[in-house]
Amino acid sequence: MYDKVKYLPAGDSSLSMEFGNEISVQVNKRIRNTLAAIEEGPPEGLKELIPTYRSIQVLYDPMVTDFGQMVGKLQEIAESVGEGGSDNYRIVEIPTCYGGEYGPDIEFVAKHNDLSVEEVIKIHSSTDYLLYMLGFTPGFGYLGGMSEKIATPRLEVPRTIIPAGSAGIAGSQTGIYPIDSPGGWQLIGRTPIKLYDPLAEVPVLLNAGDYVRFKPISEDEFKKIHKLVQEGSYEVNIIHNGEVRLDVL
Amino acid sequence: MSFKVKKAGLFTTVQDLGRYSFQRFGMSVAGAMDLYSLRLANILVGNEQSEAGLEATFMGPTLEFMEEEIIAITGADMGAKINGNPAPMWRSILMKKGDVLSFGGVKSGLRAYIAFSRKLDVPTIMGSKATFTRGRIGGFEGRKLADGDQIGFKEETLTGTKGHYLLKDQIPQYRSDDTIRVVLGPQDDHFPEESIDTFLSSTYSITNEADRMGYRLEGEKILHKEGPDIISDGIVFGSVQVPGHGMPIIMMADRATTGGYTKIATVITPDLYKLAQMGPGSKIRFSKVTVEEANAIYRKSETGIEEILKHVENNSFNIRDGRSMKLKVNGKSYSVEVNEIV
Repeated sequence: MYDKVKYLPAGDSSLSMEFGNEISVQVNKRIRNTLAAIEEGPPEGLKELIPTYRSIQVLYDPMVTDFGQMVGKLQEIAESVGEGGSDNYRIVEIPTCYGGEYGPDIEFVAKHNDLSVEEVIKIHSSTDYLLYMLGFTPGFGYLGGMSEKIATPRLEVPRTIIPAGSAGIAGSQTGIYPIDSPGGWQLIGRTPIKLYDPLAEVPVLLNAGDYVRFKPISEDEFKKIHKLVQEGSYEVNIIHNGEVRLDVL
Repeated sequence: MSFKVKKAGLFTTVQDLGRYSFQRFGMSVAGAMDLYSLRLANILVGNEQSEAGLEATFMGPTLEFMEEEIIAITGADMGAKINGNPAPMWRSILMKKGDVLSFGGVKSGLRAYIAFSRKLDVPTIMGSKATFTRGRIGGFEGRKLADGDQIGFKEETLTGTKGHYLLKDQIPQYRSDDTIRVVLGPQDDHFPEESIDTFLSSTYSITNEADRMGYRLEGEKILHKEGPDIISDGIVFGSVQVPGHGMPIIMMADRATTGGYTKIATVITPDLYKLAQMGPGSKIRFSKVTVEEANAIYRKSETGIEEILKHVENNSFNIRDGRSMKLKVNGKSYSVEVNEIV
């Protein structure tokens, strides 16, 4: 983490507040706290904030403010945030059916790591993953904290279509595909819940700073939850400020 | 009922100024590539500048109007025709029931815009009607238009009566060889001074890999100090990324919200329309302005649009007063529509 936040111009109507040059829980927390502080008292002319691994992209209206004024106001806010800030976080439970047709690559992942399929499921689902940022496609979260014990390289030939809800592994990353898309991740399971629904009031389920908890479910449970999701009556289990499980295996 | 897409053209989509405020969820902004032309088209039909219209690329669509409607065509000159006769651009046109608007190939520019005085009947998703084809959302069924589509209007009847026009010097000229102004950064410090010089002194051509997402350029190689990769951070309209091969990529309307390549510079907003109207083979040079200058240029450009809006509001004609006349000029016959200016 930098001692002082860097303010880098990105054209005539945007700037990047850069907090560090690393992927770390500390930088992420600093970013979340600063984001919340900016939103609490947004400077005049602020249009949009995009938090990333190590920065906040700030979009502003040059008809109302300019780079210098914006930096001045953001500096004031950033300095007032300090190390503490809010400790609130959510643990979002993602019911996931591992293996079978939903996770066609789980056996490969097991074999690659000299594990049984059950061990892969256990390792993957017993850690909570910090969601650092969203990007790539709508609702796609970059998750950190997967155990190296189940790290597996990407497919040599990417699939042309991966169904929405598929959970996969790529190297030492894990993630969930929010929409049907092509991709080369090793698929180990699928969730029946929607991470991205363009017609919903809140189109994306997950936020930067959330922890994602995969909860193994059976195929029957998958079908049950899928039906409830279609009817719009499924409620995602969200635990506020609960105990976060880190990679301990 | 409203208009029927007889032929969709090469790549015709519904676009507005873009889907902002949802980038933190990974949602691309999309929206018109040439925002300036869409805004002017909307001004000419009496709309809010942010209303959705059609963006046509390279080869425009053929539209049959099932009922009358006031439209305006701006942007690239694709030889627009109404019922086979040349149609005017940069002014309001009354389309009558059964009229067919068609386009030929592109003569100058790359993207044409058609605004309608009534709102297109497509859903507003996350505050916008812009089509984002990769995410299959927005616009007309989340996709480019296809032959046989039919798009309705929100309002049942046409209430507009006024026509508007632009003055000659208010109409942008498109070039296939131009200077594009940039603000250096956010990662210009990842490049040695010689690389910044190369970037600012060479001519780059736009390759065939140029679409709504981004333009890949070809020219002098730009070397990094260390590596081309950074820990992913934010991307904006006009971000100039330099991956490991040293050739810049300019990020455009359908850009991803974040990316992991170093960004040497950012194109200033008032010059983005020039790029949007350039296609493969066009030549560009980059010139540097400071962020303070860029802020000032932005304000000047917006003031220019306000002045055009004032001109349009103060100069109108009755769109139904049109009288069709045949003229012979230098031996050539023309059919012109004459309106009294009020």
